[in-house]
Amino acid sequence: MFGAAGKSSAYPLGINPAILLVAVFLLGYPLFASDFFTFQIGAYSLILGTIALSLTMLAGYGGMVSLAQMTVAGFAAYVMAILGTNSVGVMGLGWPWWLTAAIAILGAALLSTFIGAISARTEGIYTIMITLAIAVAFFYFVRQNYVIFNGFTGFAGIEPPTLFGVYWRDPMPFYYLCLAVAAFFYFAVLYGSRSSFGLGLQAVRDNPRRVRALGINVFSHRVVAYFYAGAIAGTAGVLLVWFNGRVSPGLVGVDMVIDILVIAVIGGLGAPIGPFLGAVAFVLLENFAIDLIDRERFNTVIGLAFLLIVLFSPDGMLGLWRRAESRIRLPRANALWGARANRDDWHSASSPKRM
Amino acid sequence: MLQITRNTLLAAAVLAIASPAAAQDTIKMGGLATLEGAFAAPGQDGIRGIQMALEEVNSMAGGKKIELITGSSDASPASAIRATRKLVEQDGVQIMVGPLSGSEGLAVKDYAKTKPNVTFINGTSAAQDTTLRNPAPNFFRFSTEGAQWMAGLGEYAYNVKKYRKVAVLAEDYSFPYTQVFGFLEPFCRLGGKAPADARFWVPIGNKDYSSVIAALPDDVDAIYVALGGADAINFLSQYQQAGGELPLIGGSITVDQTVLGSKGKIRETVIGTPSAGPISDTWDDPRWAAFVAQYKKMFAGKGGFPSPSLFAHGYYINAKAALLALDKVNGDLSDGGKKLRAALASLKFETPTGMVSLDERRNAIADIFLTEVVEGPGGNLVNKTIGVTNQVSQTFGLPYEQFLKYGQVSRTNPPCN
Repeated sequence: MFGAAGKSSAYPLGINPAILLVAVFLLGYPLFASDFFTFQIGAYSLILGTIALSLTMLAGYGGMVSLAQMTVAGFAAYVMAILGTNSVGVMGLGWPWWLTAAIAILGAALLSTFIGAISARTEGIYTIMITLAIAVAFFYFVRQNYVIFNGFTGFAGIEPPTLFGVYWRDPMPFYYLCLAVAAFFYFAVLYGSRSSFGLGLQAVRDNPRRVRALGINVFSHRVVAYFYAGAIAGTAGVLLVWFNGRVSPGLVGVDMVIDILVIAVIGGLGAPIGPFLGAVAFVLLENFAIDLIDRERFNTVIGLAFLLIVLFSPDGMLGLWRRAESRIRLPRANALWGARANRDDWHSASSPKRM
Repeated sequence: MLQITRNTLLAAAVLAIASPAAAQDTIKMGGLATLEGAFAAPGQDGIRGIQMALEEVNSMAGGKKIELITGSSDASPASAIRATRKLVEQDGVQIMVGPLSGSEGLAVKDYAKTKPNVTFINGTSAAQDTTLRNPAPNFFRFSTEGAQWMAGLGEYAYNVKKYRKVAVLAEDYSFPYTQVFGFLEPFCRLGGKAPADARFWVPIGNKDYSSVIAALPDDVDAIYVALGGADAINFLSQYQQAGGELPLIGGSITVDQTVLGSKGKIRETVIGTPSAGPISDTWDDPRWAAFVAQYKKMFAGKGGFPSPSLFAHGYYINAKAALLALDKVNGDLSDGGKKLRAALASLKFETPTGMVSLDERRNAIADIFLTEVVEGPGGNLVNKTIGVTNQVSQTFGLPYEQFLKYGQVSRTNPPCN
């Protein structure tokens, strides 16, 4: 997966067999997995992974750790309930799903742009503080606003459309829908990171002063990144509300905000596959930790697992994988990292440290 | 080739995990409670209730072994659904007991409609609409609900305590709405007042009540408090600290054992507080005494409360109902539980708190206790029984259609100005 760009000519068809295997596995997954594994593990991981992907994009490429990505996704989810149909009897304007979804995603992107405009002049911990404040403010706002957001109860009965004779919350179609969205954004982020915009963003991350000296507008570069990240999180938010069928303040609470950060960090911020690895680990633990241990202690297991990952691999599961890989194929991998260190892409910032 | 083989093996392994093995001689029973968040202590006591019911029959019912699989939520509907889905679709439970809190119950009822072959039996969730409007045919509630639990309290506050005007402090979701409705409906019908600007709705998990305490009006006779778990302890200790002197009227889980058994400084504030609910700690009845003795035997010194809470009681009754119905059908669930559900619907049985039977929407009709907090013999705070209201139905004895005219419970129902 990570070797594709550098070593493409060595493989038949120019594709790393590991990528093919992953693709075949992901496509064939619902054929052998139960409905539960398809829907609650598979689809949910892809949704959370996509939200975390928007954070990875901002943090990994832009150096901006925004805790408001869940808020952006939650905003899209609320828009779906407010403009679309719900069973609660508050709002629910009954607009067609495609219009609602388009507005939800665009609205989420604009909200994210707005958050970016507020926070993009800050750095490091101050960005975290501002975006956390926005996330918490949004949580309290929706919890206390009854006219539009229906307070603590929120909305229920939000249905995905039935299109082409398919009910899109059935596990298999919904899984493929999530997979398509996740794959689209995965490749979009991968492609974007090598575009001039993406390279510019990484330059802004590494040395904003030098970039400014070159005549590039650092502020607007960052805000545009927030716009794209908002579109990603917003789309995932639409999927999330279809997944749950409901939206309430708990969805945008501090717990969930932190969960997204945890997913991104344990997965690894170095590459767009990281958040998906993190999401799978998170969802599996969330569902099955209770079976491993005394039910009063299972949250401790979840916490310990995350602690161990971060302790032994500061760059997440991605780092674990890379280290394992380089240990197995040391000479080749070393050559690869060496070659990459000179190239101006996402590896250059992180890989030399590991050498 | 090797990699393909490995992948196939992996697929097979996942498949093996993914398809629940159907054992012939065991029945899987799910237990869903809030083991995280503000209601964690009540949730644990709920699971204790299930364990008591299982212990009584040595985990055997209808000739089959009952395997309990627990699931946990954090009191939010979405987490309850995720945990339920895991229990039903992954662990393959055929009977589920739970959930604990009101909005979770509404969500699980909706989910139940999509799994007609699984039997859902309530834990202690007590929102009215779980069974009153659009009930699910496979959702049963042998524990009563929040408005039923208030039976007799409104009359008592007006007639005996002579309160005429009360402030209301409650959590902002479906269960407290139901409780407030159940208390205010008789209280206001008699002539009591609870003005809209003296009703305070706080979110679950609220920790700081200073602003609410400061805003409490002076011209009320009492405060009706419907908070639960950690929320109740926080309010009561802060109210005592602030030197609050208004008498309180308690919701069913505001002065129950999960609160009274806590270490918070609440003693002076809560003594003398009237309340009503499905249990009374000191009820002078051999059935209840045996239940308490059994609870103490199993859980004293192992994290249990001094006396079983209504969560232990509610989960116990619901699990007990499941076991009794399983006995009736000899553990036969081969028809997707159809016979079991028929047996449940007609079940009538003796509980530690009297007879329980179901109405046509599968909601319990049971006895409700009017209580008052007193200091027990060992210095523990307990609820003393003042009275029992026999066989309270969900519609307060009114015909169904007529009861619906009260409208859905909400922050403003009844208006009562």
